[in-house]
Amino acid sequence: MDALPWLTEPLQHAFMQRALLVSMLVASVCGLLSCYMTLKGWALMGDAVSHAVMPGVVIAYALNLPFALGAFVFGVGSVAVIGYIKQMTRIKEDTVIGLVFTGFFAFGLILVSKVRSSIDLTHILFGNVLGISPADIQQTLWICALVLAVLLLLRRDLILFCFDPTHARSMGIHTGVLHYLLLAVLSLAAVAGLQTVGIILVVAMLVTPGATAHLLTDRFDRMTWIAVGSAMLSSVIGIYWSYWMDASTGGCIVVVQTLLFLISFLFAPRHGLVAQLRQ
Amino acid sequence: MQHRPPRPTQHRPAQERIVVDNLCFAYNGVVALHDVSLRAYAGSICALVGMNGAGKSTLFKALMGFVRPSRGTIAINGVPLREALRQQAVAYVPQTESVDWNFPVSVANVVMMGRYGTMNLLRIPRRRDHQAVRESLERVDLWPLRQRQIGQLSGGQRKRAFVARALAQEASVMLLDEPFAGVDIRTEKLLIQLFQQFRQEGRTLLISTHDLGHVTGFCDDVVLINKTVLAYGETSEVFTQENVARTFGGGSLDSLSFTPPDLPGEGDL
Repeated sequence: MDALPWLTEPLQHAFMQRALLVSMLVASVCGLLSCYMTLKGWALMGDAVSHAVMPGVVIAYALNLPFALGAFVFGVGSVAVIGYIKQMTRIKEDTVIGLVFTGFFAFGLILVSKVRSSIDLTHILFGNVLGISPADIQQTLWICALVLAVLLLLRRDLILFCFDPTHARSMGIHTGVLHYLLLAVLSLAAVAGLQTVGIILVVAMLVTPGATAHLLTDRFDRMTWIAVGSAMLSSVIGIYWSYWMDASTGGCIVVVQTLLFLISFLFAPRHGLVAQLRQ
Repeated sequence: MQHRPPRPTQHRPAQERIVVDNLCFAYNGVVALHDVSLRAYAGSICALVGMNGAGKSTLFKALMGFVRPSRGTIAINGVPLREALRQQAVAYVPQTESVDWNFPVSVANVVMMGRYGTMNLLRIPRRRDHQAVRESLERVDLWPLRQRQIGQLSGGQRKRAFVARALAQEASVMLLDEPFAGVDIRTEKLLIQLFQQFRQEGRTLLISTHDLGHVTGFCDDVVLINKTVLAYGETSEVFTQENVARTFGGGSLDSLSFTPPDLPGEGDL
């Protein structure tokens, strides 16, 4: 009943070491971004963008370009299309989001089945962090560095943008730039995230840690630490769990994230269910 | 020099602060505001009165530079609006309903946001930013509560926090969107006291309000708006029963709680 081999054995495999490091990095970046997504109310947008990057990823692979580039173009492009249709028609935003991202995603599915390339559909859909290639790791590192740089440098502007865009604009801060920058960062984080948990579950990485943290604190700084911490913890536990159970890695990571949310939903000191029932 | 000869009344220094000329706006072909002209002066409180959809919020948006007019000009402190906004001349105090009160931000941080316009790119507060935040919070009696999350404030305190943010911005023009909606009498009195202090300091306050009692109570000027400016000028002159009836589409006056202005009877001619 020694816990040590349980912990150390997986680490003897190089692929497990890589998987742990990559997913912890990706989780921390997505976790940080998730604070802005939840506070801005962009969960649906996160879902949309993460699905809409699919054709971009496939095309980039087929043309031997960095997949981040393809994802970026299609992620931001989908948002522009959403904005344009919403502006020009009477259709409500959530409908437009739903129809645009499924359209992009379906187009991506066709591309995967028709374009000759080495990509495996299941890897895109469900992630493949255990088999991640050195080239992909390198790209993921660059993406994470870029996203992190934007989020840290523009931290205060982005907080203000989420909290009171009207006020930001009235002070001459370019909220349009912030809006598209946050979306650009979102599409980049989505491709990073889909390496570990896949396109279908990546929205969890972009939403759940922020929601968990929002219940636990009333301070933005603490919220980001908690979100990043819980996201990293989830990926470590999830990867070990998937190793020993031989289960889907992405599934395990996201289930752990959801469990952490449930714990915080029930037992958060002020905003949890138990605390609220006691009041 | 001025468009209109200054009339030296008690609260009326001569300086024109907001000058709006022949302003027009249309959204998707629907005219929101038509041919708006008005003046607001340094050291005065001006009420903006009109029904919902009369164009009050469009006018506020225009003064914050959010909507591009199809015609007309706005100048503040003698410079075009764009430049005035860059100089942080305009501060906006939002309606309470439009704020996300669950947002994890403290009272002090909200007030600090009023300083972002003059900070460097990283928005790292300098000594004088901290000082401005402290002074603003002390003026609205919220300094002891500065560490609270904004949602933990009472209704009146919330209002004051956003007034403090406008103060920290050191703006000469304050746009207040329905500042008295849903506040208790005590807060209302406190706010009015603050507004009168701001007037003394030479600021210009533009207050959108439904409550006609406030207009006669403490507003020097009034702008009556219904898709266009029906009338503007000193409350005692402009705020007549007839004008108010026109503003509200000629509905029954009883339902509008109209109290005739306390005419000072000073002959202006």
